[in-house]
Amino acid sequence: MSSPEQWTHPEPDAAPAATAAKPTAEQVIAGLRATDEGGADLVQLLTPEGERVTHPDFDIDITPEELRGLYRDMVLIRRVDREANALQRKGQLGIWVPLLGQEAAQIGAGRAMRQTDMAFPSYREHGIAWTRGINPTELLGIFRGTDQGTWDPVEKRFHPYTIVIGNQVLNAAGYAMGQKFDGKVGDDEGEATMCFFGDGATSQGDVHEGFVWAAVYDAPLVFFCQNNQWAISEPTERQSRLPLYQRARGYGFPGIRVDGNDVLATLAVTKWALDECRHGNGPILIEAFTYRMDAHTTSDDPTRYRLSDELEMWKLKDPIERVKVYLVRQQWADSEFFDSVEADADKLGEELREFCTNMPDPPAERIFSNVYAEGNPNLDAQRDEFLDYVSGFAGGEH
Amino acid sequence: MAAPTMDRSTAAAPASPVQTLTISKALNLGLRAAMEANPKVIMMGEDIGKLGGVFRITDGLQKDFGEQRVLDTPLAESGIIGTAVGLAIRGYRPVCEIQFDGFIFPGFDQIVSQVAKLHYRTQGKIKMPIVIRVPFGGGIGAVEHHSESPESYFAHTAGLKVVSCSNPADAYWMIQQAIDCDDPVLFFEPKRRYYEKGEVDTTAQPGKLFESRVLRSGTDATLVAYGPMVRTSLDAANAAAEDGTSLEVIDLRTLSPLDLAPVYDSVRRTGRLVVVSEAPSESSIASEIAAKVQQECFYSLQAPVLRVTGFDTPYPPSKLEEEFLPDLDRVLHAVDRSLAW
Repeated sequence: MSSPEQWTHPEPDAAPAATAAKPTAEQVIAGLRATDEGGADLVQLLTPEGERVTHPDFDIDITPEELRGLYRDMVLIRRVDREANALQRKGQLGIWVPLLGQEAAQIGAGRAMRQTDMAFPSYREHGIAWTRGINPTELLGIFRGTDQGTWDPVEKRFHPYTIVIGNQVLNAAGYAMGQKFDGKVGDDEGEATMCFFGDGATSQGDVHEGFVWAAVYDAPLVFFCQNNQWAISEPTERQSRLPLYQRARGYGFPGIRVDGNDVLATLAVTKWALDECRHGNGPILIEAFTYRMDAHTTSDDPTRYRLSDELEMWKLKDPIERVKVYLVRQQWADSEFFDSVEADADKLGEELREFCTNMPDPPAERIFSNVYAEGNPNLDAQRDEFLDYVSGFAGGEH
Repeated sequence: MAAPTMDRSTAAAPASPVQTLTISKALNLGLRAAMEANPKVIMMGEDIGKLGGVFRITDGLQKDFGEQRVLDTPLAESGIIGTAVGLAIRGYRPVCEIQFDGFIFPGFDQIVSQVAKLHYRTQGKIKMPIVIRVPFGGGIGAVEHHSESPESYFAHTAGLKVVSCSNPADAYWMIQQAIDCDDPVLFFEPKRRYYEKGEVDTTAQPGKLFESRVLRSGTDATLVAYGPMVRTSLDAANAAAEDGTSLEVIDLRTLSPLDLAPVYDSVRRTGRLVVVSEAPSESSIASEIAAKVQQECFYSLQAPVLRVTGFDTPYPPSKLEEEFLPDLDRVLHAVDRSLAW
C-alpha cells in the first residue's frame, strides 16, 4: 500500500502559505472543509448513499458477516448512547457525553485494533470501549458519580477516560515508546497504541508534544483525531488554519483524512496505520471527519451556536443508514437480521436502565481509598477521624 | 506491572564502603545503583545523557546503560512527565529530571492531573512509580526561574509524595528508596549544597524514606528545616551553642507525608519552635507545620511557632538573594524572639 514517504515529502505547491498570502477567514473555513464532500484527500469506501466506491491507496475485503457485525456494533452503541442520554434526563446520571454521529469513526477504529494493542481514550469514546470488551454499564458510574471508571486498564488494554483535554496523548506516546523499548515493534506480530482526541484537543500543547515525542522516538502510535467540527461551541476554524490531518507533515509523519462516518474506510485506514506502526513505521495521524450530532454534553445547548441546517445536512450522512442500505442492496442481510439487532438493542437498553437505577452510592471510606499505593499515615488518621465522626450519627443516613 | 524489588546486596558499591562524597556524586552513585538493581529503571530529561545533566548528576549513566535507559528528551517538561506516565503504565520506573525548579510548571498539569490521580482514579489498578528530580532553591547567583522553591504546590496535591535530602548519605539512599517506591515521588535536591561533602556508608542499613530525623539534640528551642536550610540551621545551632543556647535541629526529609512525631516530641521538651525554609511562607510547608504543632503541642508551647522563610515575593534578582534567603543571623534572631516571648 502507500508508503510514509509520500506523506512526509509534500509537493512544493503544498507548502504552507507565506504570511503575505495569509488566507481570509472564508478561505480558512473553505480549506478546513475542502474534502467534506469527498475528493482525493478524503478516504471514503462507502458513500452516504450506500454506494461502494474505491480509493487508490486504501481498500478492504469485507465479508457479509463482518459488515453485519460492524452494523450491529454501531446500532448497539448508539442505543447505549441514547439510553444513557435519557437516563441523564431522568436524573439518573449527573451528565452524559453523547456519542451520536460518531459511531462509524469509533467502531471502525476500535475493530481495527488487536487485543494486544493499547488504547488511550478521551471521554466520548463509548464506541471504542465497546470494542475493547467493556460492558457499557461500566461507563455509567463515571457519569453518575459513583466511581471514576472501574475496568482494568491493563487487562482490557483500554486506559481510563481522560477528561483533561489532551493529557492522554502524551501518556499514549510514552506507552508506545515502552512497546518499542520492549522490542515489541518490527514485524507483523508487533504491538501498537492508539490515542483518541478531538479537534479542540489539537490546540493543546500536550498534543503537540505528543506528536514530537512519538516522531523522534519512532513510536508505534496512531493518533486518531475525531474532528466532529465542534469543541463545545467553537468551530474548527478557531483551532486551526490548516486541515488537521495536514499538520502531521510538520512533524514528519503521515496524516490522512478519512470519512469518519464511513465505517469501512475508517476500518481500512486504521488497520493500515496500525500495521505500519507495528512494523516500525509509526507514528501516523488519522483525522476522522465526522460530526457531533448531539450536544457536547447533556449540559450544553448547541442551538446557541450552530445552525439547524448544518445538522440536517449531516443527518444525510448518517454512519449507520448507509451500511444498512448497502447490506440490503447486496442482499447480505434480511429483515430477520435487522429485527434481531433491534431486539438486542432493546435488551441492552433495558439492562442499562436496570443497572443504572440500582447502582449503590459508594461508602464514605471510598473518599480515602487508594490515594497512595504505599499508604500515608496522616491520611489514615484523617480518615479514621472522619469515620468516627460519621459513626456518631448512628441510625441516621450514615 | 510489578517491578523486581531492588536487591541492594548486588548493587555495585564503590570499593570502600565508607567514602567521602559530595551530594552530587552521592546522587549519581545512588542512581547508578538503582539502574543496576532494576532494568526497568530509566532516566528521562533534558541534557542528562551525553552531557550528564547541567549539574552532572547523571554523569556517565548514558554511556554505561545506553540511550534507551538514559533518554535525552525533547525540550518540553509536560512531554517528559506525560510520557513517563505511559512508560510507568507499561512497567517502567521512570526517573525524570527537571533541569531547574522554575521549569517544572509546564509539567505541572501532567503531575497533578495524571501522575497524582491515576492510582486513585483506577483504585490501585495503575501504579505511578515515577520519581521527579528537581534541583531547587537559591543561593547560586542565577537568573530568574533558576532559584525557586516550589515544593508546597506538590505537598498540597494528594497522591504525590515529596522528599528532600540535605546531605550526601541521605542523597545516596533516599534517591534509591524513592525509585523503589510505588508512589510518585517529587525529589527535591538542594542545588546550592550539591558540592558539600560528607561520609557515605554504602553498606549501611538506611533509615526509612518517609521519616524525619533529629540531627542535633538540644533543650532550649527546636529548629525544623529541610533541604538547603538544614545546613543553615545546623550552623545556627553551633553559633547559638557558643552563646550558651541549646538548639535541637530536625531534618524533615519528608514533606509529604509529613512525619512530625519527632517534632512534637521535641517541642514538648523545648516548648519553642522555629521553622526554617527558603520558600515563601504563606500557605507553605512551614505554615502546615505551625498549624499541626499548635494543634498537637498546644499546652507545651512557651511561644508562638515562628517561621523564617523567603519573603512572599517572586524570587528577587540574585544580587538581593542574600537578603531574601534565611541565613544564620535571621534564624538566630527568630530564636531570640522565641526565647524572649
